[in-house]
Amino acid sequence: MTDDVQTLVDAIALGSIYALMAVGIGLVFGVLRLVNFAYGQLIMAGAYALALTNDSPVLLSIALCFGVVLALSVALEFAAFRPLRGASPTTMLVATFAISYLLQSIALVRFGAIGKIVVVIPKLSEPVTIGSVHIRWITLVTILVAIGVFAALTLLLTRTTIGLQMRAASIDAETARLLGVRANAVITAAVLVSGVIAAIAAVILPMAVPERVLVSPDYALRETIIVLVGVVVGGIDRLLSATLGGFTMGFAVGMFSGYLPSTGAWPFTSSVYLDSAVFMLVILVLLLRPEGLFARGRRTAVERL
Amino acid sequence: MTAPEPMLELSGLEVRYGTVPAVRGLDLSVGKGEIVGLIGPNGAGKSTTLHAIMGAVRPSAGDIRLSGTSIRGRAPEQVVRAGIALVPEGRRIFSELTVEENLRLGLSGRRSKVGATEAVERVYELFPVVRESRGRQAGLLSGGQQQQLAIGRALVAEPDVLLLDEPSLGLAPTVVNTVFEALATIRAQGVTILLVEQRAQRTVAFADRTYVVSNGELRMTLGPEDATDTRRMVEAYFGA
Repeated sequence: MTDDVQTLVDAIALGSIYALMAVGIGLVFGVLRLVNFAYGQLIMAGAYALALTNDSPVLLSIALCFGVVLALSVALEFAAFRPLRGASPTTMLVATFAISYLLQSIALVRFGAIGKIVVVIPKLSEPVTIGSVHIRWITLVTILVAIGVFAALTLLLTRTTIGLQMRAASIDAETARLLGVRANAVITAAVLVSGVIAAIAAVILPMAVPERVLVSPDYALRETIIVLVGVVVGGIDRLLSATLGGFTMGFAVGMFSGYLPSTGAWPFTSSVYLDSAVFMLVILVLLLRPEGLFARGRRTAVERL
Repeated sequence: MTAPEPMLELSGLEVRYGTVPAVRGLDLSVGKGEIVGLIGPNGAGKSTTLHAIMGAVRPSAGDIRLSGTSIRGRAPEQVVRAGIALVPEGRRIFSELTVEENLRLGLSGRRSKVGATEAVERVYELFPVVRESRGRQAGLLSGGQQQQLAIGRALVAEPDVLLLDEPSLGLAPTVVNTVFEALATIRAQGVTILLVEQRAQRTVAFADRTYVVSNGELRMTLGPEDATDTRRMVEAYFGA
């Protein structure tokens, strides 16, 4: 029973991280129709910023992480996304593959293949006991941060002009421009918000997922792939369904890690059946609800991509 | 009567989709405060002309001037800020957003933030049904209500020139009357109007001048007196 509760809470926390990444990817997809495969490398850059400043005061370290991720986000927008405006979604997806591998290669050349330890706030890794359940502080913090981000994002999208313009551009970018919505301003705003979320993920991930305490060039790549699958399975053309899709994948990974036969430590690589189980679930969803697990439309997930 | 000073002028406008010409050497002028009609069969290049004015499609030749200044090559969001607003074909309402949110999006195209509340208020006065339904999801409105919202959404930007692409399409006759009455009021408020329509006779009777285009070319110019001249109308559409 106690183990069940712990597994459940851990799975919710992992789902929260994946949901954060999903919303970051979904925001940019909404206004640009661009599936950013390089999203994980933004998180990687942030994690390197943290790892290289382990000895600095934690707030400075986190500020640097945000600075690096946001600067990289804006650089990508100007150097890669903007020149590709109007290109087909496939072209843009392939371009983000290239960016992802470019950034991994730069990290490999600069920092080497051996992982660097990221220390953010060690205290958060300590357990807190609620009844007979032992949960690490970071697990609770992760869930709370995710809730806070979603609340802030909801306010941004529903209460501000730029948020309204972002929603309109996601629905029909051409009409939005004909009404005077500045496409580049809206896209830059979406890229920045997406970058802030990537930075938050970069701060949380090394603490929340024990295996992710080491930052290496392919950091967060695996999470990105699973989140992208989740976003498509959930329904990429709506932010809410994409986010729920991301959460579901993280939650499923967390639950499977808890219950599948494992050869070692939590969470994923040691669980020998984990990938098979997760992607079996994906196949089931695509067979039973091809329009997307949480989507309202009738178009299939494959058509949407 | 002296002709009003030109507000919107197209000269030698050419637009191609790939190698297919959609608009061929179109010359057209809309004077300040005028209502000018643009009619012609499907595929004549009417919508393309409006989209070229808005900067949504790029002309291959010719010029587009607003109050004498060329706006050719500007992006749609800049054209709106220069003072031209479009009511697109099929209304293109954001059906998932509320009526009020749709109007707020129209405010994006304003040249100044001052007076935005008053502009919205004027739209509510012009179209009371838009005010009544401002909290509702726009997709739940009837076609006629959506058309009024689409016109209102363009008007809150307080344009000098209003372009309308088939505003009466798919509307019941009584609603069509409402739309044409609203256009007369909008014109009386000093807005210049270029109206693309399928309802040829009504448009010719309503507008100060109506251009007939076919195959991307200007065929003839009709005045209100021609609206009852069946022979002229048939000729306009099917060629002399």
